[in-house]
Amino acid sequence: MKNKYYLKLTGKYLLRMVTLLIAVSIISFLLVSMSPVDPVQQYVGAVPNVSMEQRAKIAEYWGLNDPPVERFFAWGRSVLQGDFGVSLIYRRPVLDIIKEKFVTSLALMAAAWLFSGIIGFTVGCVMGAFHGKGPDKVLKKVCLIMCSIPTFWIGIVFLMVFSVKLGWFPMGMSVPKGVPTDQVTILQRIHHLILPALTLSFLSFANVALHTREKLVDVLESEYVMFAKARGESKWSILKRHGLRNIMLPAVTMQFGSFSELFGGSVLAENVFSYPGLGAAASAAGMGSDVPLLLGITLFSALFVFVGNMLANIIYGVVDPQIREGYRNE
Amino acid sequence: MKKERMENAPLLKVEDLSVSFHMYDKGLEQYDLKVISNLSLDVKPGEIVAIAGSSGSGKSLLAHAVVGILPENARLTGSITYKGEILDQKKKEAFRGTRIALVPQSIAYLDPLMKVGKQVTGGDRGKEAEISKKEIFKRFHLDEKIEKYYPFQLSGGMARRVLVSTAVISDASLIIADEPTPGLDLEMALEALKVFRELADEGKAVVLITHDIDLAFHIADRIAVFYAGTTVEMAKAEDFLEGAGKLRHPYSKALWQALPQNGFRPIPGFQPYARYLPKGCLFSPRCPHKTKECENDIPMSEIRGGYVRCIHAT
Repeated sequence: MKNKYYLKLTGKYLLRMVTLLIAVSIISFLLVSMSPVDPVQQYVGAVPNVSMEQRAKIAEYWGLNDPPVERFFAWGRSVLQGDFGVSLIYRRPVLDIIKEKFVTSLALMAAAWLFSGIIGFTVGCVMGAFHGKGPDKVLKKVCLIMCSIPTFWIGIVFLMVFSVKLGWFPMGMSVPKGVPTDQVTILQRIHHLILPALTLSFLSFANVALHTREKLVDVLESEYVMFAKARGESKWSILKRHGLRNIMLPAVTMQFGSFSELFGGSVLAENVFSYPGLGAAASAAGMGSDVPLLLGITLFSALFVFVGNMLANIIYGVVDPQIREGYRNE
Repeated sequence: MKKERMENAPLLKVEDLSVSFHMYDKGLEQYDLKVISNLSLDVKPGEIVAIAGSSGSGKSLLAHAVVGILPENARLTGSITYKGEILDQKKKEAFRGTRIALVPQSIAYLDPLMKVGKQVTGGDRGKEAEISKKEIFKRFHLDEKIEKYYPFQLSGGMARRVLVSTAVISDASLIIADEPTPGLDLEMALEALKVFRELADEGKAVVLITHDIDLAFHIADRIAVFYAGTTVEMAKAEDFLEGAGKLRHPYSKALWQALPQNGFRPIPGFQPYARYLPKGCLFSPRCPHKTKECENDIPMSEIRGGYVRCIHAT
């Protein structure tokens, strides 16, 4: 019974994922083929004296003259076989680049995600517990200001203050200049990671804090907390027993739902800090008309966001028995 | 079912209690909303006092005032005593859950994400609570597996019994039950009320806030009738069973006559809103016997073994 349920659940998510990826690939392929991007020009760009006939031959060889549907299926077939093509700007297989860049980005995004989640939740709890009093008023204003600050701007401010003026952190990159890769210490990597991670976490930190605060205020005014008080439970016991679990849902939603913003934010943050991750690669692919890489990253980011939302759904069920029941009856 | 009890000192005594909420009006204007005015009530051990009255008459607020869970903008005057000891906020906090227990209105008063068993024992209680929980579950015919249920999985009747068991496990001597019977059919409502009778017979004092007044007449010892946040009459339950003629206050009579089995006759008008209370007798705008004197403060007076807040009562 239980196994069957999990099997059904897994099947459902797989089906959703496959349909999502198909839809995303159709739409992005359509957009790219309608855009003025000329892959031949991009390919021969740096090489002088390429005649029109040669260009036409390359186009012919790549099948650029075929109808779009045919090209889509040709591309789709090789993608299914794990071949995303070769990046035009890096001149290496797209999949290798995504793998390599994602590992770098993952450290950044994970640090930012954990930071914003933990600090955001804690600050939200403090604000909720002191609802209407001094700490709440001050922190709420701070959060509202932080909500309205754009990522790239705060990144530049951080650079100016902490790197240029104070010199505490490096100006950019993920590793120090002039040091062979195998000699870079973990401390150096972390040192390079801190500013971009802070910048990126600014994106959702205040959101999580404000949502957690709202929910905690609701919970503390709820009838079940009133009843817990009437039964003689102390404020701390109420927070621990009834507060935490009940306020987790919005925080979980925000955190896992923010995977898309995290990815979008990483494009900005990585550009400001010249951090060589997937975000920087995405914007480079866009700027350099690198169609295979762009499509590859688009598909990958869709998968990334999907996984985030799926995790949120699963965690709902773990936290809230009513939602779990709902899943079973679906 | 009911036994004659010896006269003894009240366990809970509420005297001249007034509760007002400090409210903000448009802009910076503020005003006080007097939701309970000069309310009096007492309960003795072994006795059930039922509180009858329409919605908004201050029944639940009284319960919240006794356990000290009114919102922060509430102001209390008058006195609440427990065994002759004045209950201030500190005492209320010390007594609630141990000597005074509240049986809440609905399942909404249980944490939706916590298993029922854990909630019945409550926080910070030891092994003894586990053992007495088992006994109480047996007593209320609650299956052991219900402990593992979440509140939303309980049926109406189960929920009532679970809520009552939260009060019984505390071993409190004063139980305040806030609407323990809504939405239950007659049989279940009677069963729920029987539990309170049993608890009273064990020597506990029970305050029963209810809309099911005709059921309350049968199960309670005394009835307090609330109107617009005050007690208009406090009398033996027998008087209510006998009929309007035995009652003292025009509102209690009207209430009795409005019951389906007694003619189903409502009186015109409605209960005044707390912000626009009339002068003197709160019932006077709807009262057929109203005179000029009704605009003065009306004290509680003893008539025919009951108490009534009416100068024309005989």
